[in-house]
Amino acid sequence: MSDIKKKIKLRIWRGDAKDGALQDVEVEANEGEVVLDVIHRVQATQISDLAVRWNCKAGKCGSCSMEINGKPRLACMTRMNMFEEGETITVTPLRAFPVIRDLVTDVSFNYKKAMEIPAFEPPAELKAGEFRMQQVDVERSQEFRKCIECFLCQDTCHVIRDHEENKKSFAGPRFFIRIAELDMHPLDILRNRKQRAQEEHGLGMCNITKCCTEVCPEHIHITDNAIIPMKERVVDVKYDPIRWLGSKIRRREGIV
Amino acid sequence: MSNLERHKYDVVVIGAGGAGLRAAVEAREAGLRVAIICKSLFGKAHTVMAEGGVSASMGNVNPDDNWMVHFRDTMRGGKFLNHWRMAELHAKESPDRVWELEAWGALFDRTKEGKISQRNFGGHEYPRLAHVGDRTGLELIRTLQQRIVALQQRDARDHGDAESFIKVFAELTVTEILKEGDKIAGAYGYWRETGAEVLFEAPAVILATGGIGKSFKVTSNSWEGTGDGHALALKAGGRLVDMEFVQFHPTGMVWPPSVRGLLVTESVRGDGGVLTNSEGKRFMFNYIPAVFKEMYADNEAEGDRWYNDQANNRRPPELLPRDEVARAINSEVKAGRGSPHGGVYLDVSKRMPAEVIKKKLPSMWHQFKELADVDITLTAMEVGPTCHYMMGGIEVDPDTAAAVGVPGLFAAGETAGGMHGSNRLGGNSLSDILVFGRLAGAGAAVYAKANRGDGVSDATIKSASETLNAPFSRGGTENPYTIHAELQQVTNDLVGIIRTKKELEDAIVKLADFRTRAVAVKPEGGRAFNPGFHLTLDLETMLLVSECIARAALQREESRGGHTREDFPKMDPKWRQVNSICTWDGSKINITKQKLPSMPKRLLDLFDPHELEKYLTPEEMTDLKGGA
Amino acid sequence: MSGVFSPTRAKIAARTLRTDRWWLQPAITVAVLVAFIIYATIRAFEAKFYFAEPLISPFYSPCMTSACPEGASLVGHPLGTVALFGMAISPALFILIFPLGFRMTCYYYRKAYYRSFWQSPPACAVAEPHKTYTGETKAPLVLQNGHRWFFLAGLVFNVILTIDAFLAFRNAQGQWGHMSVGTLVLLTNATLLWLYSASCHTCRHTIGGRLRHFSKHPVRYKLWTWVSVLNHSHPTFAWISLFGVALSDVYVRFVASGSITNFYFF
Repeated sequence: MSDIKKKIKLRIWRGDAKDGALQDVEVEANEGEVVLDVIHRVQATQISDLAVRWNCKAGKCGSCSMEINGKPRLACMTRMNMFEEGETITVTPLRAFPVIRDLVTDVSFNYKKAMEIPAFEPPAELKAGEFRMQQVDVERSQEFRKCIECFLCQDTCHVIRDHEENKKSFAGPRFFIRIAELDMHPLDILRNRKQRAQEEHGLGMCNITKCCTEVCPEHIHITDNAIIPMKERVVDVKYDPIRWLGSKIRRREGIV
Repeated sequence: MSNLERHKYDVVVIGAGGAGLRAAVEAREAGLRVAIICKSLFGKAHTVMAEGGVSASMGNVNPDDNWMVHFRDTMRGGKFLNHWRMAELHAKESPDRVWELEAWGALFDRTKEGKISQRNFGGHEYPRLAHVGDRTGLELIRTLQQRIVALQQRDARDHGDAESFIKVFAELTVTEILKEGDKIAGAYGYWRETGAEVLFEAPAVILATGGIGKSFKVTSNSWEGTGDGHALALKAGGRLVDMEFVQFHPTGMVWPPSVRGLLVTESVRGDGGVLTNSEGKRFMFNYIPAVFKEMYADNEAEGDRWYNDQANNRRPPELLPRDEVARAINSEVKAGRGSPHGGVYLDVSKRMPAEVIKKKLPSMWHQFKELADVDITLTAMEVGPTCHYMMGGIEVDPDTAAAVGVPGLFAAGETAGGMHGSNRLGGNSLSDILVFGRLAGAGAAVYAKANRGDGVSDATIKSASETLNAPFSRGGTENPYTIHAELQQVTNDLVGIIRTKKELEDAIVKLADFRTRAVAVKPEGGRAFNPGFHLTLDLETMLLVSECIARAALQREESRGGHTREDFPKMDPKWRQVNSICTWDGSKINITKQKLPSMPKRLLDLFDPHELEKYLTPEEMTDLKGGA
Repeated sequence: MSGVFSPTRAKIAARTLRTDRWWLQPAITVAVLVAFIIYATIRAFEAKFYFAEPLISPFYSPCMTSACPEGASLVGHPLGTVALFGMAISPALFILIFPLGFRMTCYYYRKAYYRSFWQSPPACAVAEPHKTYTGETKAPLVLQNGHRWFFLAGLVFNVILTIDAFLAFRNAQGQWGHMSVGTLVLLTNATLLWLYSASCHTCRHTIGGRLRHFSKHPVRYKLWTWVSVLNHSHPTFAWISLFGVALSDVYVRFVASGSITNFYFF
């Protein structure tokens, strides 16, 4: 495990909202480094004003999202030894969001969408400290709360990546798991999350092609555990006449 | 400055980690308009890195737990240098702070009865840490973030605008706290994205900017841990207390470089991991201090037997307290017996079968596999001490979190000092940020309602703007990255885990030199999202804080908790009565001594007098007995 | 210009900067599915060589028209003779719609064909060629929400094909207690179909996924955890059960056409 220094070739996108281009850079890399380390070295030794977002450098905060060789990834979790010897590594900003500068994009879209999801609503009479929930009942939602909001799923989702106009009506995978989290929360009493998911947040736009799951650094089963179960729950309340009738008679919303 | 972006708020919260967000929630609930300012994106604060849990004596797992037990544990952990009132408030209020998180959507792990589960942790007498696997910090920050959003949604409903009462200013750096006369008048800063300057007019400012770890080379802190709040308070006339106390966690990753400093959890050693040096020797047997001789095994055979039979064997020395282990590792490396990357080896691979390791330490297995490409079931980990937490900070009034000496300034969380004394217990930081975040929000709200503020004068704005722009107008060739790297090396080598008078003096000279060089940094490029420019401003902050640490460390001639002096290796009850106070007079750092507030008898009575003898002076003990 | 070429996005001319062979997966999917569709279409219209006592091809079971030979008709001939332009319609055409619908609306196959046939998207972070996109919000794709009805129909077919497999424990003379390669083929086919159905997302939802409180329904929770395990392998079951059906049909065809003899173990 000794230090082996070698020169590697990077191709970094530099520019802003007006214009930009890929710039070739040669930089040293040490054994054991990740792409973010190498970008930092470029910053410290060659391009001091190279814009890049990062925080924890341990895959826990989700700041250093970018596209490496065309794939949405966290730069701090992309090890240099996964590349071929002599391979040129292309690094660009996320391509689903407006670019600000170099590798930094404007991800405010996601914060706007967060604002559109109704918050957790516990029973009004339940006081803090009196909540009782079983582990098996919180586990599904806990998986979704692992989300570090790196927004790689949002970036890779073709619904908005390839169709800017859909941003109005589509919340994106990150917020589908938020909706699923709340809809599966044992003590949430807001009962129209399913309808709203379909009618306001664009769940029906998702064609479950699973890229969100593929890029999730937290390995959350976004499609299988959140989106598809939500689609099924939507069918319960919107497209299944038998359950719809049952909900009218028994005054509940297709949930038990 | 006619086109300057101006905002008027009742309360400005600087920092959007747990403490800042909890403060903002409280101030909003008090009916005030609040600005939340964060250097990075909303929800990325260093709070996400906390793993173990949040301590609160809810008594869900052991009903014997209560605030008094928690208080005792906290004072012991801090070696009785804690501000007693802070420790008391913290112990009493933390259960409510955890429970309210649950009402805001947090999903902690559960007990069989459906209550919040609590786990054991070093220094805590009972299982006390509410947790979500090993990502409790993420749960905290996300819950508070979502609480802010919930309040904004309510405001949108009631007032037609989500941002009418709370607005988050993400990626905005505050460079100066503004005062008119001796009172707070607002804050000045710039958007990182564009470089454009922003003025906040507000009668109350809450500092909740977290720690200082980025001044050190090996740290578990993220880039934001530059000590902004500490420096802003200093420059605004605030006082920093006990800055010499820096917690070094003994086992941080040292390799690969990308994760240097990242924590390796204590349970690795608890489950049988052994520490060895480059000669393959289990060196911890050479570092058992006299006071621990009876409790720790003096040979490997006995130490190994302990894991299976704790009744008839003494525990292995790998399980000595954090500071002892950190010092031992440090000594081995200094003696040239370190690993290639400047640590020692922590090995579980020869101790347990691979399946057992993966079952007992799943997060560590993944951490090393994914980040280091090291399979800990086959290879030893390389570990070394890592700068983890700043116990010291802004001196505050415990009940209101008001900064001493600066009306209108408040501080909470790692930025504030006093709560943890000389050493923080694991789990107490997350409860700290919730308890004192709320108190700061409430304190600021009361203050802001009584002091509406008269705005900021043009002269003050002009001066703040000039300071902010200075780096661009000066001529210089220094590279901020280079100075930062050198600063980190100096703090690491000379103000690190073991300190001596000579090294500290040496450090102070070097820091002065960095200060000279730092004003010769001229950032390349423009103002829009320019990391070189950001670092140039952060450098000044880090240099101020580092000097406080070095000077306070030089003053305190004893070893206690997170401060170890090789030339004064013993804990001295006389120094327990002393808080070090760091101030800034506009041109230099001053360190003075101040008497530690004395604990009232009702709290002292919670302790066994024999235990108190270890910490109090004979005179204090006589007073205590006389008073009984 | 839309999508990744929108005015606000980073100016990058390439549709994707991926360097791996991202096109391989969709290409394989297209090749396999097209091959299956061609084969299934030919066989469905062929209307012969689907029965060789006691084996019946899964493409033709249940066989419900008058054209079905005795022994192949589990439920009689409820459809009688249906002809179009004087041509008798193959008995396969009446039933294939159900398994076909089940697979067409399957969450896994949807991913597979949306990616490979529709190119929407062809692979992750590879720009799709379409100008507009509405997902599954409009007809006909909104009908994908009917997956649960096809799932139920699929269960009926699973039962029938399982019966077919048990009937194959007879010899060509209809005597019980015999077992041939054909028996194994039909048994395997039925098993794979059950696995495919049991691992289905709708099944997972129905059995327990729709519950809010698992703790109040311990049995359904237990079943849900089992189905969840199977669900991880749903794509695998989707493919191998597809091959299973095709290969079962191939086997029956060879036997029925006399190309091979169905080997009996006992």
